Amino acid sequence: MRGPGRWAVLFALAVLAVVMLFPFALVAMNAVKSPAEYSTQGPLSLPDGLYLQGLADFWTRVDFAGKLWNSLVISVSVAVFAVVLSVLNAYALGIGRIRGRLSILVLFLVANTLPQEALAYPLYYLAKAAGLYDTQLAVIIVMTVIQAAFGTYLLSAVLGQFPKEILEAAAIDGAGRLRALWQIVVPISRPTLNVLLIFFFIWTWNEFFLPLIFLISNDTQTVPVALAVLQGEKFMDATMSSASALLGIVPAVAFFLIFQRTLTRGVTVGAIK
Amino acid sequence: MRVRTRGYWLYLAPSLVLFVVVVVVPFLMNVGASFTRWSGVGTPRWIGFDNYARLLRDERFWQSFQHNVGLIVAMAVVPTAIGLVLASALFDYVAKRFGTRTAATLRAMYYLPQVLPVAVAGVVWGWMLHPSYGAVNQIFHLDLDWLGDPDLALATVMAVMVWFQLGYPVVIFMAGLQRVDPAYYEAAEIDGASWFRKFWHITIPQIRPEIFVVLLTCTIAALKVFGPIFVLTRGGPGNATMVPSYFSYLNFFQKSNVGYGSAVATVLALIIIVVTFLFLRVQERAQ
Repeated sequence: MRGPGRWAVLFALAVLAVVMLFPFALVAMNAVKSPAEYSTQGPLSLPDGLYLQGLADFWTRVDFAGKLWNSLVISVSVAVFAVVLSVLNAYALGIGRIRGRLSILVLFLVANTLPQEALAYPLYYLAKAAGLYDTQLAVIIVMTVIQAAFGTYLLSAVLGQFPKEILEAAAIDGAGRLRALWQIVVPISRPTLNVLLIFFFIWTWNEFFLPLIFLISNDTQTVPVALAVLQGEKFMDATMSSASALLGIVPAVAFFLIFQRTLTRGVTVGAIK
Repeated sequence: MRVRTRGYWLYLAPSLVLFVVVVVVPFLMNVGASFTRWSGVGTPRWIGFDNYARLLRDERFWQSFQHNVGLIVAMAVVPTAIGLVLASALFDYVAKRFGTRTAATLRAMYYLPQVLPVAVAGVVWGWMLHPSYGAVNQIFHLDLDWLGDPDLALATVMAVMVWFQLGYPVVIFMAGLQRVDPAYYEAAEIDGASWFRKFWHITIPQIRPEIFVVLLTCTIAALKVFGPIFVLTRGGPGNATMVPSYFSYLNFFQKSNVGYGSAVATVLALIIIVVTFLFLRVQERAQ
């Protein structure tokens, strides 16, 4: 294709990109309009100036700083614990090659694909009985196990390829299993572990169902739960709705920009293994 | 020298304990509860298969699975089809003529909705589709109640999900295309093959494993879908967008029909496991 045809394809792809990003632009534009400006000019006009009161009002009304903190605590804890568990499991399955490893892997994989609804009520019931209901610890424990199930599956495949010579050399030097794991396997697998860490963090940040049923009080809620529960409340006008959408978008996009390289690499690693 | 593997069980122990507590026991409890009538408090009463018999007669249950089929189309089939064309166009057209940076930028733009928590994506569209102050009606000079009209609600949710999902297959397929030996394309070009012939006879067969993975993961996601339904429609209006996951949630936490909700969740879990195994079998045979 030459001449105008060559640009036509690019143009069509660019138009689609604009359509995909349009909601982001619209949310950003309207989150900084005053309700008066919104009602006279509508959602499509460029903002006259920066009206930040809507954002500020929403921020304080829902204690958004608190929600961010809750999301952060839960996501970081789950990411760290799930990576630790995944490494321990994958060490036993990928390097240790213990008996029945295949059935254990299948079991973990099934657990990861199981709908959470099929665990939800018993977990809710057990959490209440254990006094963990409406605590972040409950969400952290459950999410850690579910994420680690996937991490185990992925890491076992990676560690299955681990060069045996290095481990044998370490054993001759008198390194025990724990030392071999900590001083050889973990440092060498660090790139994969970082990918897992970032993925677990973002998946947990985005998680909705479990936090929704476990975290019912205002002090424990995460960002997605707080925003979703407020959706459609009476006090929400157009500006405040877009302000709430913007506050949900900003952290997610920030993580995307920070971790972009790891993420695009990781999406494909995770999908194909 | 035989390597002793027994000591490695120690490393698996913490996970296995947690796994039993968090997954195995709750799942068995859920299956157990599905054979009872139970409000969540007091003693569950054993009723055998009554809940399942009731499910078969319950119109809402059947409708919720029909809606799932629509969501599989919106979340798996359509994004895969469009994603194939986009990935192929970006990979062997844009990247070659306008540089890999342009292709990578476009790919990132398509992918951006995927980074949002799905509940936040719902908040964004809930605002855009609002019947009185929403942007969509203003742009197209319409006066539609996108999510409140029973004839329109499911189609609207489906459109939102296409927007949300599209970036995932594009990223996966572009990565897959990097594996493909360029010699195939060069040979085809020498033979004067059109873009479509190359797409059909080289691109699709070569990245078949990626296509399977995307279809499988997206189909499972569509069967499990909860967040967007909760935020956008709560299953309504009427039952217009009811899905099994939301239906079981409703029975658990609002109607105090824990036994019935458990039966719905058990059926959903079985369907997902069967779908997974079927996909993996087909994939095995195809390779």
